[in-house]
Amino acid sequence: MKKVLFSLVAALGFIAGAHASGGGMAWDKAPVDVTNQASLQNGAKLFVNYCLNCHSAAFMRFNRLTDIGLTEQQIKDNLLFSTDKIGETMQAAINPKEAKEWFGANPPDLTVIARSRAGSGGSGADYLYTFLRTFYRDDTKPTGWNNLAFPSVGMPHVLWQLQGERKAVFEQRESHGLTEEVFKSWEQISPGSMTPQQYDQAVGDLVNYLQWMGEPAQNTRVRIGVWVLLFLAGFTFIAWRLNAAYWKDVK
Amino acid sequence: MAAYREFKEVSPNASAGAKTMNWLENRFPTAFDAYKVHMSEYYAPKNFNFWYIFGSLALLVLVIQIVTGIFLVMNYKPDAAKAFESVEYIMRDVPWGWLIRYMHSTGASAFFVVVYLHMFRGLLYGSYRKPRELVWIFGCAIFLALMAEAFMGYLLPWGQMSYWGAQVIVNLFSAIPFIGPDLALLIRGDYVVGDATLNRFFSFHVIAVPLVLLGLVVAHLLALHDVGSNNPDGIEIKGPGKPVDENGHPLDGVPFHPYYSVHDIFGVSIFLFIFSAVIFFAPEFGGYFLEYNNFIPADPLKTPNHIAPVWYFTPFYSMLRAITAEMMYALIACVVLGAGYGVLKAKLPGFIKAGIVVAAVVVIALMLSIDAKFWGVVVMGGAVIILFFLPWLDCSPARSIRYRPSWHKYLYAIFVVWFVVLAYLGVQAPSPIGERVSQVGTLFYFGFFLLMPWWSRLGTPKPVPDRVTFKPH
Repeated sequence: MKKVLFSLVAALGFIAGAHASGGGMAWDKAPVDVTNQASLQNGAKLFVNYCLNCHSAAFMRFNRLTDIGLTEQQIKDNLLFSTDKIGETMQAAINPKEAKEWFGANPPDLTVIARSRAGSGGSGADYLYTFLRTFYRDDTKPTGWNNLAFPSVGMPHVLWQLQGERKAVFEQRESHGLTEEVFKSWEQISPGSMTPQQYDQAVGDLVNYLQWMGEPAQNTRVRIGVWVLLFLAGFTFIAWRLNAAYWKDVK
Repeated sequence: MAAYREFKEVSPNASAGAKTMNWLENRFPTAFDAYKVHMSEYYAPKNFNFWYIFGSLALLVLVIQIVTGIFLVMNYKPDAAKAFESVEYIMRDVPWGWLIRYMHSTGASAFFVVVYLHMFRGLLYGSYRKPRELVWIFGCAIFLALMAEAFMGYLLPWGQMSYWGAQVIVNLFSAIPFIGPDLALLIRGDYVVGDATLNRFFSFHVIAVPLVLLGLVVAHLLALHDVGSNNPDGIEIKGPGKPVDENGHPLDGVPFHPYYSVHDIFGVSIFLFIFSAVIFFAPEFGGYFLEYNNFIPADPLKTPNHIAPVWYFTPFYSMLRAITAEMMYALIACVVLGAGYGVLKAKLPGFIKAGIVVAAVVVIALMLSIDAKFWGVVVMGGAVIILFFLPWLDCSPARSIRYRPSWHKYLYAIFVVWFVVLAYLGVQAPSPIGERVSQVGTLFYFGFFLLMPWWSRLGTPKPVPDRVTFKPH
């Protein structure tokens, strides 16, 4: 009996192990804190300035940004480019037909992108944080850019002026009789307007914003959840004592 | 046959409440009788344990699903072009929409958690044994309806997993010989899953299946209250020779109300605590309750790398995937062994033995001539259908696991482990080892049920007491 159980557990462990080794590059942990309003506001600014040119966030309304501490006037003055109505959703500046011609595919909507990209490698935010920091120059690609987390991606490095241009250095490695190219290090070609630390910080804010935008109600959800559980804990106690009061007569 | 009832009178000095109740009772006595039959004078065994909460919880979750469903339909649009958008609209722009939606999505998973545990309770204590066969059969029908309800509901958010999950499952029907392709077309209403499919699934999900479900739940409860509840000791508390008090009520029973109603309120509060913890702190539940891929709108041109059903279907999905051309030989060997045993060992009249041989030859011919994919569908369906026959498969002299030979407990434990392993494998992408393990699991699952008439008779049961074992609180 024990043997059967043991071999089962062993089999399971083996399968799980095989599964874990199957993924692509490891994702970096994104510095997500959806209660940090300064970070969210900076992320929103980057999002509107860089992402919203080609990508939409078609389920997200501009005035929802009041939830991260901005006033309607601030939103109108600083973030409203594609529309003049604050109740509108965030639509891309680009014409979808042209986008398809230029990049080969329509840039995906980003409203719930952070929720959709989670996987065995980490959260969706981790993926995006890795993706946005691993662009490199590659002249064999139509846009001149390639990416480690998403090889042959159709999207060029939109934030290149901030990060500067980089090259990826690969080394040949033999494994199981096959030579494969393994990423070794980065080589900076031209400097960006930000230091690497500043760039990581900026991308962290942007990803934090994307995470928040995936579910703007999430902070409310957690806040209410605490009260609901406190109430239910009290209710459970009362129900427990009530039950005992009735059942004490049952012999 | 409504008999004439005497109008009851109350004293003119009675309280307003008593007068109102009397007024109502004279005009609607059925409701008052039903209250007595099902609540205040329904005697349930007093030795119920933890396992007996899940029936009430299933009813609670059903109500949660119906009520939240009503509110979701107010803003959801069953239109391939708008469905995904309308779900995000509910999540963002509808006041408290996110809460209603999370309650409904978590409720779907909670329903299966509760129902699986409820069914396992039946298995442990032999709750399906005579005279409760119909209670069990209605319950299995509820499980089947629930699976249909969940499957069709999952298409509605119109994400990638919704879309491709439906595509894969509907395509299974096309594996049925002769009628398959037309049947699949009839279900989809189109050559691929599309707007027509979404509309009919919506209709089935919000009207047709819930009506069937409610009818079955009523039948399940009425049949239960006719024959009375089983209990962890698996012995009757009512009937000839059973101890009764001076009013003729069973000594080992307590009225459902108030004893089990307060008991259930306690159980419900613990359930709601866990349920709320998921809703408020982990509504996606690590991708098991809301799959990550389902946050990408359905795209008929982009097949996801890995299509997996939601966790509650995965044991059955594993069994479907386990049936490969190779596995068919193992199944044929099982048929040969079964027929060989029937012919050589069993004491049966000659013509029945001849029938067994003919049937085995026909089945093997079919197994060799029809694609393994079809047999996979048969196995997946059979894994649910076989549950209906449990009352006649179990031949143990003792109903409850408590008084069966001790090794039965280990056997049930192994059964549970296999069920969980199959569920796990169904979530994972196919792999050669996973396939082999799931094939063994499938054989164990069917062996457990099909060989039950044999193994449940083995060993000596422990002495069964006359009265239920109950320790006062």
